[in-house]
Formats: sequence, C-alpha cells, structure tokens
Amino acid sequence: MGKRKVVQKEVLTEEKTSVKEKGKALKVAPEPRMKAHKKKGPAENAESLAKKQREISVSEFFAKNRHLLGFDNPKKALLTAVKEAIDNSLDACEESEILPEITVKLVRLSAKVVEPTPEEEAALAKGGKPKKKNPTPTEKYCLTVIDNGPGIVPAQIPKIFAKLLYGSKFHRLKMSRGQQGIGIAAAGMYGQMTTGKPMRVYSKLPKNPKATFVELQIDTKTNKPDVLQEKEVAWTEKTSSGTIVEITLEGRYQRGRQSIDEFVLLNTLSNPHASFKFVDPDGEIFDYPRKIEELPPLPSEIKPHPYGVELGRFHQMVADTSQKTMRQFLTKEFSRVSDKVVDEIFKEAGVKDFSLASAQSDKVTSVHEAIKKVPIMNPPTDCIVPIGEELLTETLRNQTKAEFYTAITRPPSVYRGNPFVVECALAFGGELRGDEAMTVFRFANRVPLQFQPAACATLRVITKADWKNYGLNQQKNSLPVGPVAVVIHVASVWVPFTSESKEAIADYPEIKQEIRLAVLECARRLSVHVSRGRRADEAERKANYIDTYIPFIGEALQAMLTLSDKERDKVVATLRDTLEKGKLDG
Amino acid sequence: MAKKDMADNKAAVGIHKTAKEIYDKALKGQKPQLKMPIRSLGNVTYKKEGYLSLSNQYKTRTLTYNTVKGFAQTLKMMSASKELIDTDDHASKREMYYISKNWGPARFDEQPESDTVMDDIEAMMCVNREQLRFLPEEKGGEVAGQLIVMDRDRDTAKPIKIDCTGFGSGAYSIPSSVEHLGFQTKAKFILCIETAGMFQRLVAHNYWRKANCILISMGGVPTRATRRFVRRLADSIKIPVYTFVDGDPYGVANIYRTLKVGSGNAAHINEFFCVPTATFMGITPQDVNDYKLPTHPLKEVDIKRAKDALKNDPFFKFHKPWVAAIEAMIKSGVRAEQQALAKHGLNYVMDVYLPEKLKKADKFLP
Repeated sequence: MGKRKVVQKEVLTEEKTSVKEKGKALKVAPEPRMKAHKKKGPAENAESLAKKQREISVSEFFAKNRHLLGFDNPKKALLTAVKEAIDNSLDACEESEILPEITVKLVRLSAKVVEPTPEEEAALAKGGKPKKKNPTPTEKYCLTVIDNGPGIVPAQIPKIFAKLLYGSKFHRLKMSRGQQGIGIAAAGMYGQMTTGKPMRVYSKLPKNPKATFVELQIDTKTNKPDVLQEKEVAWTEKTSSGTIVEITLEGRYQRGRQSIDEFVLLNTLSNPHASFKFVDPDGEIFDYPRKIEELPPLPSEIKPHPYGVELGRFHQMVADTSQKTMRQFLTKEFSRVSDKVVDEIFKEAGVKDFSLASAQSDKVTSVHEAIKKVPIMNPPTDCIVPIGEELLTETLRNQTKAEFYTAITRPPSVYRGNPFVVECALAFGGELRGDEAMTVFRFANRVPLQFQPAACATLRVITKADWKNYGLNQQKNSLPVGPVAVVIHVASVWVPFTSESKEAIADYPEIKQEIRLAVLECARRLSVHVSRGRRADEAERKANYIDTYIPFIGEALQAMLTLSDKERDKVVATLRDTLEKGKLDG
Repeated sequence: MAKKDMADNKAAVGIHKTAKEIYDKALKGQKPQLKMPIRSLGNVTYKKEGYLSLSNQYKTRTLTYNTVKGFAQTLKMMSASKELIDTDDHASKREMYYISKNWGPARFDEQPESDTVMDDIEAMMCVNREQLRFLPEEKGGEVAGQLIVMDRDRDTAKPIKIDCTGFGSGAYSIPSSVEHLGFQTKAKFILCIETAGMFQRLVAHNYWRKANCILISMGGVPTRATRRFVRRLADSIKIPVYTFVDGDPYGVANIYRTLKVGSGNAAHINEFFCVPTATFMGITPQDVNDYKLPTHPLKEVDIKRAKDALKNDPFFKFHKPWVAAIEAMIKSGVRAEQQALAKHGLNYVMDVYLPEKLKKADKFLP
C-alpha cells in the first residue's frame, strides 16, 4: 500500500476524497454502542446517545481492528511490516524505472524468546500448563528497509508514512503492488502503539547531496502525521537516491512457513529483476542477486471502466469532475465510452445530456443504472504486465529441482470492468517430494500471498480440479499429492482481496474461470509429459522383452532348418528390427 | 511300419514347412505368422460319417511384442518334436514340460502351458501328438474278454499274442500307441464301461464268457488311445460297440459323445480317434423308470452341461432321439449311476439288466 510517487493533483484532492469517503463509511463502526450496552444504569435515550456519538478516525478504527491489516499476532505483525515496506520499495523503483535493490534488516532489541521445545508443545497440546505465564511472549525489533528508489519529496514524507489511506495508488487504475494506501503507515502505527517509538525515515533525492531525516508519529485521533524531528543528514548508502524506513515494533521472528525468510524468497520468484538482501536477527545474511537486468515494462494507467464503478463512487466522481456535462464526464473520465455509447446510455436512462452543476441525484443514479444495460467494449488490457511464461518457468526452475516445467500466461480478461491476467507455472518430478501435497505459490501483482490459502480463489480452483485425470493422487476437494509445485499469479489493476490485509484473492467467477483454464492447461501438459515418460519406459521394457525371447526363435529355426550360425544371427537381427519398429503398436 | 513312417513324415514335413515359412518371412522383414484351426466345440461340425470335424475358423498368431514368448515356445517345441522324430524317440507330455526347463526365460512354468502349445502344434500340422512323438501320461483303458491282441516285441520285433481272457481277475492295459496292434476275436460285441467298479464286477464274474463279448473299461472320458483302440478293433472285426455309462449328463455328453464322435479339442484328428459305430445302451432316463433305480437330483453343473449339449453340441443337435432323451433327463431332474442297479442285488446287472437290454440292441440311442 505504497504511496511514494505522489501526483501533485492528488495531493490537493486527497483530503476531500479518500478520507472523507472512508470516514463516512466508518461512522457506523459499532465500538461506542457496545460500550453503552455494558453500562448499567438508566436507559439511554436519543439525547444521551447523541452525546456519545462522534466521528471515528480511520486510524482509530484500524488501531482497534489491526487484524484487518494483518497485524493479528506478533509474528505476523513483523512479517506484515516487512511486506508493506518491500511492496512500497518495489513499486517506487519500478515506476522510476530503477532496477530494485532492497535490503531488509531485523535487529532484535529484547531478549530472545525461547521457543518451546516439541515436547513442551506436545504437553501444551495435551492440556498441560505452560511453563511461562505470559501467553504470547513477544520480542522487540528494529526493522530497517533500505531501497534504491527515487526518494520522496521531503514535504510528502509525513503524510505518506504517518497517515492512513494516503497514497498515489488508490485512485488510479494501474497494476501495482500497493493499492489502498494503508500499509506502511499502519506498520508505523503498530510500532508506535506497541513500543511507543516513532517511525524514522531517511530519503535522498538524486539532485540533493544530502538526505532528509524525519522522525514521525501518527495522531490516531485525527489521522494526521506528527513530525517530531526533521533534519538534513548524510546519505550513507552507495546509491544516488533511495529511502530508508526504520520501525521499532513488537513482534516475533520465526523461520519456516509463513516467515519473513519465505516472503523474501518468494519475492525473488515473482521479481527476478530485483536484488534482495535479508539480514536476520541472528546476523545471518541472505543474498539474492537479481536474475535479469531488465525491468518489466511499465504498466500503463487506464481510466475506470463504467462496469467497474459502483453507484457511490459514480456520484463522487460526478461531484469531483471538472467536466461540465454528463456527456463530457462519461466520455472523458471513463475508458471505452464513445459518444455513441453515451447516446445509448442516455436512451436507456430516458434522459438527455444535462449539466452536472445542477444535476439531481436521481438523474445521475438513473444514468448509472443505464450503464449496466448498454454493451460496452472491455477495457484496454495493456495496463497489465504479466511476469511471462519464460520468466515464470525460469524462476521456478531456480526454486525447485524438478524434471519438468511448464508455464502459461492467459490472455487478459475482465471482471467488474477491471482487466486482469492469470499466469500459472508448474514443476513436476525431480527432487520434489512425491508423498506430499502439491506446493502452491500464490502471487497477486507479484506480491507473494502466504496466508489464508483455503480462502483464496486459487486454492479453491486447484482443489476442485480432478487431478486424478492428470496422473496425481487426490482426495476429494483437497490438494493433490505428488511431486508438483505450482505458481499462480493474478495480475490486475485492482486485485480483489478478501480483506485489507491482502492475503487471499476473492472468489470472482471470472477470475476463478481464468485460474481454472491456466491450471488445467499446465496439468494437461503435465499429463502429456507423464504419459510420454511412461511410453518411453514401456518401449524400453518391450525392447528388453523382445531381446529376451527372439534368440530362442533363432535357435529353434536353426535346429529345424539346419541353418548356419550366420544365417541364424541374421534372422534374429532382422526379426528384432521388425518387432522394434512395430513395438509401440504391438 | 510303412504307415507309421508316413505318419512321421507328415509331422516332419509339416514342421519343416512351417519353419521355412517363418524363416522366409522374417528375412523379408515381415512379421511371421502361425495359422492354426480353432479347437473348440464352436468350430466343429458333425460329419455324417460319424465324427466331429473341424470347420474353417482359424486363428493367426502374428509375431509381435505380445506374442514373442509364445512364438519362441512354439518354435522350440516344434524343434524338440523334430529332434524326437529324427532320433526315433518320444517324450511324454510331462517330459516335454521338463525339457523346456532348459530354455531359460522361454521355459514353461506349468505343464498346462506346455500342453496347450502341444495341442496348438498338433492342430497346426493336422497330426496327432503321437506323430509328433509326444505321449500322454494318461493310461488307456483296460480290456478283458474274448480277444487276442497281436503286439510285437520292442527289441526283436517278434509278434506277441496277448489273450485277454487270460488275465484272471485283472485286465489287459491299452498302450498309449495302438496303431501297430492286430486283433483276433470271435466275440459278438464290445461293451465299453464307464466305471472301473462296474468293469470289475463284470470281469470278476467272467461276464464276457457268458455274453461272448469284449469288455472295455474307459475310466471316465476315454483317452485318445482307448478311442483309437476301440475304433481299430471295431473296424477290423466289424462287431457292434455298446456303451454302458452313468445316466447323467456327464456320462452322455462327455463320455459317450467323446467315444463316439471325438472331442472339440482334438477335432483335427477326430476322424480317426472316435468310434462312430458305438451306440448308447444305458443308463437311459427310461431305464430309471423301468428298473425303478434309486436317483440323485441333478446338480446345477449337470443341468448346465445338459443344456449346453442341446444348445452347442453339433452331435446331439443332429440326433432327435438324443434331444428328446436329454430333455427328458432335464425334466426328470434326476440322475442314476450304473451301480444303482445293485439295489436289486449285486448280480442283477449281469443276470437281468444286461440280457434284457441286449435283446433290444436296435433300440439303443445313436
């Protein structure tokens, strides 16, 4: 949820749009009422309630509902902070056409929490009393993420890092990792809440010899940044520009599944053009140099497609636009709306072109309703940049030692007016474990998804497919078992997630269908490969079988026809050739 | 002797011809084939001359991946047969199975496999397995009564006369090869008996003397040697052959039918290995009533066998009286054994049953 490269226009309109919009929606948050219910005493009336009713800021809301952003537990909080920082850095680098170089450092500031041994865990599971009274032991960390991106204009730093829902990406339709503009600020807020330490940002622009250092906090009541310190400092990195973010936060570092290590590693899969370096709390350095020296093409930005804009947003756009009439508004602010399409929309709505300034609300609504009834061409799809079949195969090859690889990038498709592309790569055999469930690597706009696999459209499609047809074992509605690894990448100008923490892709039928087609195509190629292998084995077996028995035919013919050894060998050789030729149909 | 050489010749020529065809085809880069008649009741017709004959269905075994083992085994056995002919030796079916143990991976694992290949070669060459120099393990039947068999000494080729009246309470064993035997007799008929028990009773009481006949024990379904022996005997002295078996579908459809017209499996040689002049004396379904014989209910396999005979056996289908008799048997639902006559006294069969039946020999089922 990055918000680096802020377009000036959006800076001006930000207050008016995003916060206002979200703030409205959040007014109904149940928190104050729940408190009221707990209170004992005289019954509330409308007046007494009114005294308690007040606006809740986004920051406040998320401070209380931090699980919505992926900060449910210390371990995940740490990962989410890393994830948001990396996403932002990658987006910023790519938009500035810089090959990303990202360093993640984790320094443990508190004593290391001793992991329970397997025996202790088993005892816990059996209902024994835990040794420590503290139910969730936490550690304190300093997280530093360094990138070689374009840097940030000093005036923007506070808003970007210490204001929720502030960003460059929410209002545009362009494929990027961040979408809403919550992430990094939320990470900072989390750090602030758990440790009381402010967030520290260093930013260097290419033109300035020095870097700007800012120390800031978020005022959760007003959702406004609170700058504690700002000064010019020397830039210690070798790059000509870049940003360093430091957050002190509570968390837990564990290796293995759903770990930071895994997240960085998965990022190398989906971002072969980026270099990553991870220094773990024990000081161990993981270095992943980039695999290609070429940036992916920059996705172009598109205007929203009429089908993808809901009523509330449509009204908002009408209120915000600089266009004078509805016709101008529709043709200028949306993609694929021609004058001819507008004619049809107006005809369907039973209206003529009207001025927006004096427009009645229900007139606007009727236009919005008419849109759905008019056929409109799908949005342009060049705004999506897939990883590509070749690179997907290559990265999967680096990641797994398999015997067979295949990948497919589906043609772009559209859900709710948003273009998207599904890609799938599959590895089979080799050193992949045959007795384990299929490994699935999920990506959305190149961001690895590590949580909630069961809620994700990708897994739902894979478990529903019948893998027995493709030579794998599978219990109904579960992952197939076999030496298979699958990468699924969904790229879109707006990837629909099931929650703000962006862990699982929502179940849109159009998206599921594309995932299904991609996965099944890979599976089909796999079955071709598998049966080809079987045929080769079969052929060899048959050749051996033939070689075993043909000499006896030669021997018998020699005895019956009193042939010479030479004649016998000749007939054996000829027979073998004849049978070898026909063995596959024999 | 001349006849035997010719028979050997036929086998040797057939083997050489088949081998040569395979060899030539192989050298041309073609897949060799073995063509053999299908040996089953589905591929036989009943000849008016009185035997089941092969009709024209053939199976062709082409040398492919799937058939290469069977092909090798067939050729190896043909080669073994040729060697036996060349050295004027023979091997029993069991011995043949053991010979194959020298063939490494092409060996037979069980004797039925080697027996099947042997039957295939027989049919392919249209010879019998004795001509291929393979002898059955099974013993022929036994003979007692008014017959002198003329054999020869194995070493000196000196004729030997065997008097079948002179075995006391024992009997003469039919050898597995009977082509060289000669016969002298004044008997009036030949009685072929299913069970050794009944044969023993008749022999022990010298029934053959009283009835002036030759008694033959078939011991179940008659072997080829027994069939050939009876056939040669009947042909050379021109006396009737009566069959005395249990009154059940097995006695009729298997024992009697095989004796009279041969078997489906040996259809290629039935012409010589059956006794077309044989008729069926009993036990008939009518006997069960006439002699008030104790019965057992027909088992499921009995009924299936009987129905199968009516449906698929060209011999029974050809003879209306047989169709009626088998239908009567199915309808009655019972069977009666030869020994059931003992109900009326142990010697009832000799004193009453056989004399009464033989008076009406012209009424015997065909």
